[in-house]
Amino acid sequence: MAYSNKVIDHYENPRNVGSLPKEDPNVGTGLVGAPECGDVMKLQVKVNPETGVIDDAKFKTFGCGSAIASSSLATEWLKGKTVDEALAIKNTDIVTELSLPPVKIHCSVLAEDAIKAAISDYKKKQGSASAGVVDKAQPSA
Amino acid sequence: MSIKLPIYMDYHATTPVDPRVVQAMLPYFTEHFGNAASRNHPFGWEAEEAVDKARKQVADLIGANAKEIVFTSGATESDNLAIKGVAEMYREKGNHIITCVTEHKAVIDTCKRLEKDGYRVTYLPVQKNGLISLDDLRAAITDKTILISIMTANNEIGVIQPIAEIGAIAKEKGILFHTDGVQAVGKVPFNVNDLKVDLVAISAHKMYGPKGVGALYVRRRNPRVLLAPQIDGGGHERGMRSGTLNVPGIVGFGQAAELCRQEMVSDTARLLALRERLNQKLHTGLDEIYINGTMEHRLPHNLNISFAYVEGESLLMGINDVAVSSGSACTSASLEPSYVLKALGAGDDLAHSSIRFGLGRWTTEAEVDYVADKLITVVTRLREMSPLYELAKEGVDLSTMQWVVH
Repeated sequence: MAYSNKVIDHYENPRNVGSLPKEDPNVGTGLVGAPECGDVMKLQVKVNPETGVIDDAKFKTFGCGSAIASSSLATEWLKGKTVDEALAIKNTDIVTELSLPPVKIHCSVLAEDAIKAAISDYKKKQGSASAGVVDKAQPSA
Repeated sequence: MSIKLPIYMDYHATTPVDPRVVQAMLPYFTEHFGNAASRNHPFGWEAEEAVDKARKQVADLIGANAKEIVFTSGATESDNLAIKGVAEMYREKGNHIITCVTEHKAVIDTCKRLEKDGYRVTYLPVQKNGLISLDDLRAAITDKTILISIMTANNEIGVIQPIAEIGAIAKEKGILFHTDGVQAVGKVPFNVNDLKVDLVAISAHKMYGPKGVGALYVRRRNPRVLLAPQIDGGGHERGMRSGTLNVPGIVGFGQAAELCRQEMVSDTARLLALRERLNQKLHTGLDEIYINGTMEHRLPHNLNISFAYVEGESLLMGINDVAVSSGSACTSASLEPSYVLKALGAGDDLAHSSIRFGLGRWTTEAEVDYVADKLITVVTRLREMSPLYELAKEGVDLSTMQWVVH
């Protein structure tokens, strides 16, 4: 299938691949998807406790090129946003930016879920999980 | 030695036509364009003569008599004719057919159609090595069983079923035995009498012949197999398959079959060496890669490997100058991994991570080296960004994790 140039660029030069220390109280981790569905995303945010701004974001993704691009793009967008601004990112924004075809929309949905899961994890750590965010169940070992 | 990109390593899907085959075909488009059914002028006689020669060439490849070859449009039609033709003709005798879960869709979907028409079909499972169990086969046979249809070699994992043993069982029970021989015929020794098969579907374009032509072997003696035709018309091919013969295609098919017969030993030795080179290089350069299907009973030019912790489509994207197939069908809306790999009991994650390599007559050592090196680089890079690889390296057992399934 034909990929858009932006998807190819993110696939070939993924931004912010890596991991943050998941025990750090200022780090929120989201792990969504399932291997049998062909995509799993891990997305992490590091929030500055003073300002509430996301200082750093990292991802690792098992999935097709569109899934990799969606999570790579998400980390780019997250950096510099406040936690609440981050929650406003919609999967449709990712679809538009990457020109994803209909069969790849689930990749953007997964990226949005990963953002929400990471922030939910961060809020839980901060003792503010009651901030109205739906807590996505975290995979547990 | 320089290599030309992209590299074709998908010879199970189709093969280029051998230039010697093209040469044989060319006069039959223009100079000798006659209809093989025209009985009263030289144009027709020439065409018929050419078809007879090709019929013999195809028959010789499988140890058959030329009269037992029915030309068709390809193996899908041959499978349909064999299965539906037997089902219709032997309806009085019984309504039960035995096949296998890893068959090509041309067989499975034909059987599914028959189920709608009131036939009963048993789909035998396969073992982890990709082969059916003969005990399962024996247990599935009833006094209503009229046909066993088991492919010779699988199109995804290249494993070769115990055809001679199945043939012996079918013979002993008086049941007709059809095999989809598409991937095997022309590549490995195949003799209809040694294997005791009654019907064989063959395709020209998988053996360096043209697309759009195939054949069905139909046994004429001991037993004489009768088929209800599925295409009606002028009564060509002894009434079993009407329609004007594709003379240039059939000539090419014959030439391709003859070349396969003459060059099988040398082709096999060369392809086995190349396949082993590819396999060795990948196993040296990467950990946690798994071969799907047995290596013991396998086509010499097939390799099917799952690369754990990386997803098939992203893998193909990284090796976009190499033409191979992935077991993952992520491009379809269904996100279904290969039903063949699932049938082996491979986890869905490994089914999503598989690549089928099909080597062929023009595959070179330099190409194998390029593909192996490229895969090692891409898999390593994708694993660095794979959360599954990270978890596995941390010692987490992925199979015990609770995933949030979409």
